[in-house]
Amino acid sequence: MTDNAKVQITIDGVTYEVNAGSNLLQECLSLGLDLPYFCWHPCMGSVGACRQCAVKQYRNDEDNAGIMTMACMTPVQPGARISIEDPQAKAFRAGVIESLMISHPHDCPVCEEGGECHLQDMTLMSGHNYRRYDKKKVTHRNQYLGPFINHEMNRCITCYRCVRFYNEYAGGEDLSAQASHHFTYFGRHREGTLESEFSGNLVEVCPTGVFTDKVFSESYTRKWDLQTAPSVCAGCGVGCNIAPGERYGELRRVVNRYHDELNGYFICDRGRFGTGYVNDAERLKTPLDGAGNELDADAAGQQLREIAGSAGGTIGSARGTIGIGSPRAGNEANFALRKLVGEENFHTGYSDSEHACMQLIAEAAGDPQFHNPSIREIEQADAVLVLGEDVTNTAPRIALALRQSVRNKALELADGANIPRWQDAAVRELAQQERSPLCILSSGATRLDDVASDRVIDTPSALARNAFELAHRIDSDAPSAEGGSSAEDDIDPLARIADHLLAASRPLIVAGASSGDVDLIKAAINIAGALRKRRGNGASAPVDLCLLTTEVNSMGLHLMTRPKNSLGEALRKLSAGEAANVIVLENDLYRRAPHAQVDAALAAAKASVALDLLPNRTTAKADLVLPVTAFSEQQTSYVNYEGRAQLAYQVHRNHSAARPAWQWTGDFEHFRQALLEGADSIPVFAKLRDVLPDTSSLPGGIKVPRQSERYSGRTAMKANLNVHEPKQAQDPESALAFSMEGVPPLRDATILASTWAPQWNSNQSISKFQDEINGPLRQGHGGTLLLEKRTESGGFFPPPVNGDGAGLELLPAHQIFGSEELSSRSEAIRKRMTGAFVAVAPADAVKHGLKQGQGVRLSVAGDAGGVSVTALTCIRTQTSPGAVALHVGDREIDFHGLGARVELTPAETPHGRGLGELIVSDLAREQGDV
Amino acid sequence: MFKLIKDTLLSQAVTLWGVFRKLFVKADTVQYPDEPPYMFPRWRGRIILSRDPDGEERCVACNLCAVACPVDCIALQKTETEDGRWYPEFFRINFSRCIMCGFCEEACPTNAIQLTPDFEMAEYERQDMVWEKEDLLIDGVGKYHDYNFYRVAGKQVAGKDKGEALNEAQPVDVRSLLP
Repeated sequence: MTDNAKVQITIDGVTYEVNAGSNLLQECLSLGLDLPYFCWHPCMGSVGACRQCAVKQYRNDEDNAGIMTMACMTPVQPGARISIEDPQAKAFRAGVIESLMISHPHDCPVCEEGGECHLQDMTLMSGHNYRRYDKKKVTHRNQYLGPFINHEMNRCITCYRCVRFYNEYAGGEDLSAQASHHFTYFGRHREGTLESEFSGNLVEVCPTGVFTDKVFSESYTRKWDLQTAPSVCAGCGVGCNIAPGERYGELRRVVNRYHDELNGYFICDRGRFGTGYVNDAERLKTPLDGAGNELDADAAGQQLREIAGSAGGTIGSARGTIGIGSPRAGNEANFALRKLVGEENFHTGYSDSEHACMQLIAEAAGDPQFHNPSIREIEQADAVLVLGEDVTNTAPRIALALRQSVRNKALELADGANIPRWQDAAVRELAQQERSPLCILSSGATRLDDVASDRVIDTPSALARNAFELAHRIDSDAPSAEGGSSAEDDIDPLARIADHLLAASRPLIVAGASSGDVDLIKAAINIAGALRKRRGNGASAPVDLCLLTTEVNSMGLHLMTRPKNSLGEALRKLSAGEAANVIVLENDLYRRAPHAQVDAALAAAKASVALDLLPNRTTAKADLVLPVTAFSEQQTSYVNYEGRAQLAYQVHRNHSAARPAWQWTGDFEHFRQALLEGADSIPVFAKLRDVLPDTSSLPGGIKVPRQSERYSGRTAMKANLNVHEPKQAQDPESALAFSMEGVPPLRDATILASTWAPQWNSNQSISKFQDEINGPLRQGHGGTLLLEKRTESGGFFPPPVNGDGAGLELLPAHQIFGSEELSSRSEAIRKRMTGAFVAVAPADAVKHGLKQGQGVRLSVAGDAGGVSVTALTCIRTQTSPGAVALHVGDREIDFHGLGARVELTPAETPHGRGLGELIVSDLAREQGDV
Repeated sequence: MFKLIKDTLLSQAVTLWGVFRKLFVKADTVQYPDEPPYMFPRWRGRIILSRDPDGEERCVACNLCAVACPVDCIALQKTETEDGRWYPEFFRINFSRCIMCGFCEEACPTNAIQLTPDFEMAEYERQDMVWEKEDLLIDGVGKYHDYNFYRVAGKQVAGKDKGEALNEAQPVDVRSLLP
């Protein structure tokens, strides 16, 4: 029921216009009315479990008695007359909350949810004060649920939101409702780590303190004491909106920040728990010279300028300075370096294979045949093809959206059966296992396999051929690949996948740069192009093609760099003496290129400068190391996979000598100038200026506070250092203030950091800031789509040449916990990381004499003297024979040195982390297969 | 003339008489500091942190005192013992800002923070008016003798298992099918 028809209803004598087809609770909240609820969730619909949203509904104007009804379960009817304030309805709600609270423990002072607790808010709103019941409270034993989540089961009010989110929404399998009546228990079948990559959302989904953030609890701060600003997650290329909170100079936690088109109400655990590195004691604090001596900041800045003195000098004169950008640094840092060294000397900082992928991704993004879907649009796809990407581990939030897309079949069935879509339990009951098609072509198991309709597992090269063949099946104009589907004889999966995609009204193709395989991206473009062709160019909309970038600003970095300026080219110029110096921006080159090449280039460079926030192998070799600020300590803009530029505000200050990189390398006085430098000089960034907030609603230099109205300890926090309070820190760079003073968000400020409304202290207060439930924020989100469509569309790519060779095909195995450089330095994430491992098919393991968990040496196929690395063997039945997937998270692994094909030999088991933290149930299921 | 005498001289005579009478009344003046004044038990003076009857710190670092404080002169940080008991890692009161309003005591859910009838807090250095937990924490229960928060709360701590708090039933066995 997605029609936008409006109907009129009367609530407590006032007539409102509301959405037809919705339910009363959702519409009451959209209107800003205070109606208590627990089990309803804007993203998960209604189940009517808690009975808290009771209202009186009257049959007609003459009816004075009315009937009690649950607002969340009652469809909006034209002309309906209801009452929230009716004394009987109020008494009913007070009775419900009183019974829900019967066994609630006296825990609020020692509960992490206290102060932002939906249960506290609703109890107060419903008017319950004292426990009259004098019998004993039901108690429960807690479980250990891993390093992220605390369990305190006594506090439960059995609203069932946790299992509805965890199992039904996020596809987790290890959390369930147990026992019955007032003994109901939500937990695992036995103690252990919650396996879902989205378990952190339980903290926000649970209306009370059953599931709380364990990492945050270690340095706990009440919500009102957190200095908060709107930010963007730097964990992957999706760019989810987050609200990090700071206290006493430390980044304390990250929570979701609503964005109607991107992350909605949920983020992944990498984003939530992967920011501990900001507080790391190892953070670079002062400029260092090559010998590790500390330098004065001014002297270091001067040195940098001297090194870059020959910037702009022509390449080949051995005087030029190479700048290597960073996909994990914001646009401004990259702009500044690009300006310093000159456009011709500015190179991308990601690997060469990714460089090639990014060229294709950006090309496709400008193609009018295709549409780059936002997460909300991904959820609307009714047939999905995922090509070679383990989305849950590379862009987790998108995997969660793909999981919702398979529900479109259920929603369709519900429409047919005249069941409103928000009737969650009924829709799920009706649909059972009916799902929209989700087809996955991969070389190994992915975390979406449980909802996949069709799976094709093959080696990377065969996958690419299959995918090209699939495009040919869809439209015969697309070139066919020889031997495309020769592997499959019985029932041709490609034909089925082609049928699914052609039958769909909104098909979606997903591929990405994480595998570094250009052929897969070409194939994805061919398939989308073929679909577009078959659907006709006329009225039909462009085909959804979602090409994922790997890091927070991969797209931004690509857009400002010349196509031929790859990292490999930069290293070649340095090694060949065509450039003298190198400035590396927030980048560990050893993760990006073969170690030998990096070593040679850094050795050949006359001077090398590294700007980074944590020491790594590149900073260890640099002649000058400049400390930079982390994502939460600076204001910057990022461009996500769709080409959406978003501004991340500074949350807190860094008190060391670290500065934003643009301050080291640029000669800008203000952030605004650094941003405009790119917006003015690079055409594609012209619209970047739109991310700057509209300050017209902030007259006279008034600002938006980062601190809440209740921020405490202002005159005591630093009193141990000096009782004379320092002047409030000023922030000339943004529209936000480091204080409690200014325009609070409810008063039309353009920026929304932390949500709070009177009587609504929890994150549920978000409904007070939305246009309507699930609608855009009144504040606007500030994101700007940079990429514009060209007028002419591209053609088909020719299939790859069949390049067979000796050895096994190597591909990267990404892990949500460990593959991203910075989050893998966070303590919480480290508890969930595995050692470096190689996923091998059982047949290949037998052939090479490998045993589960034992060591294995990978060496370049056909080159005995080449690079070799040691990792753990991880035998997985779902891995394609002939291919091995190497987990690249571990910092010591020379992945790029290994090349496309490797040989395996048993080796001594390396020390360190084992495989213990791999998703246990996946492995167990596969062990069952063996 | 008579009016003048009545208005001036008579008034002065009355005043003198009043003063003269006071010569034979006991003085109210106390010889402080030799002679300490009587302070009422509910006088709002120097703030202390008390301990529960078992001798453990009462403060659970819930931050309610800090947020109630109108001059924001309380700052603290929560930490936790091995067994799950919350307590403040540091607890600081800037007495040079404190207005002795007692809101913190009213807000305290565990009776930990209490105002005492002691006002002798003058210092020569303002910096010395910043008190840390070591300065605030006393070895007794203060005004409230019996209250022990963890005996009432549902959270499990050493010496109090689930189901052992006030008004609690034994933990549920989720595997039981009995009603």
